[in-house]
Amino acid sequence: MLLSMKETILVVGGGIAGMETAVQLKALGLTPVIVEKNSSLGGHVAQWNRLFPDMTPASKVLDPYNDALKEVDIYTDTEIASINSLQKEYAAVLSNGKTLRCKAVVFATGFKLFEAEKKEEYGYGIYDRVITNRDLERWFDTRSDERVPAKPAAIGFVHCVGSRDVKAGNSQCSKVCCITAIKQAIEMKELFPDTEIYCFYMDLRLFGKKYEDFYINAQRDYGIHFIRGRVSEVAETIDGRVQVKAEDTLSGKPVKVKLDLLVLMSGIVCDRANNELARSVSLPLDEDGFFRSLDNIAGVTCTDRKGLFLAGTCTGPKTVPETLAEARSAALNVYQYLKAKKK
Amino acid sequence: MDFGFTLSPSSAIELDTLDSALYRKLCRIEPGARTCIGCGSCSATCTAAEYSGMSVRKLLLGLQRGKKAEVERMLSNCMLCGKCTMVCPRGINTRRVILTVCRLYDNVEGTL
Repeated sequence: MLLSMKETILVVGGGIAGMETAVQLKALGLTPVIVEKNSSLGGHVAQWNRLFPDMTPASKVLDPYNDALKEVDIYTDTEIASINSLQKEYAAVLSNGKTLRCKAVVFATGFKLFEAEKKEEYGYGIYDRVITNRDLERWFDTRSDERVPAKPAAIGFVHCVGSRDVKAGNSQCSKVCCITAIKQAIEMKELFPDTEIYCFYMDLRLFGKKYEDFYINAQRDYGIHFIRGRVSEVAETIDGRVQVKAEDTLSGKPVKVKLDLLVLMSGIVCDRANNELARSVSLPLDEDGFFRSLDNIAGVTCTDRKGLFLAGTCTGPKTVPETLAEARSAALNVYQYLKAKKK
Repeated sequence: MDFGFTLSPSSAIELDTLDSALYRKLCRIEPGARTCIGCGSCSATCTAAEYSGMSVRKLLLGLQRGKKAEVERMLSNCMLCGKCTMVCPRGINTRRVILTVCRLYDNVEGTL
């Protein structure tokens, strides 16, 4: 039975987690309102060209929301100034001056991509031939980036940039970069069949459905070289290429290679911009800086605060399908919470 | 002039200049060889390994890194028992890989 009320639910963030939560809340008879700090919806997925493991265009995931969100109130270019807890509801003050009274809040505030320039030894922003995973996705879209040469003889991918890196402040595995590197390596090999492609990895974590098959394809059918060893430093050569140094840990020897393009797999890290918001509603953060769930097994989308829920990568690195599943879960949590309150 | 020291050659592997022609030939004949993940099951089960250092994992890596002489030394210790094939999680026909590599060594510039 649908709730007969039209209660307002605030959804903070308009990436796929926020959009999917809003769609589901609407279907459950509630009134979601999305507040997004950027000028358009779609979050990180909107900056991606194709998605693993089936090379699905990102637009195929995003486009259906245009229709599905038609009747949902959306505030873009808007931030949450504060959220105040009233007796039976929350009052959110928006940066556009409006105050929104809502029965529950779903935080779908997402993540930040690690700023690759912080790992100075990799030379992002210093050398012309070093780009990030996001830059490459943009290049797939636009085919215009001066850093990507017309006919590269060799391309390298560095896994775990800023993730699994205590010194960079992120001990967590970013989860999606291994498979993203393999996807991007295959895409580059398809565009440049004669190019040698090297992936430098610490471990390959290919946990998801079809991921391992994707890896076997990359090895067997595309001849991509996987080198177990973390890149220690990158230097520019006299002819404007980059030389990468690592240890080939399987043979125990140092390894060097000159490349025409180096792609850094920037990891998913927490967005510190949310800290103040979390504090204002007494939501605890984990040691990794992401929001802390009620528990990490059955209560990932719940918090110990009444009426406050979490969806997607604000609690840690996640894939697109995981994020969507959590968004649906969070919407159901809201519904159950309101239903219990009605009794 | 003897200063009492000598220079050691670099042990670094230079991926862009090394000679991996043998490996590429092998992969054309046995594409499965490329799917090695270096797990070491083959070496762990190899009867010859503890006496001779034989290892299919190292053999494949050696070919990729242009270590022809090392690979040849290793090959001479294999007894072709096929236990490595039995344990390989990638399903690489390691015994056939070894035989193919032997043929490539005998016939580097030939028909293979």
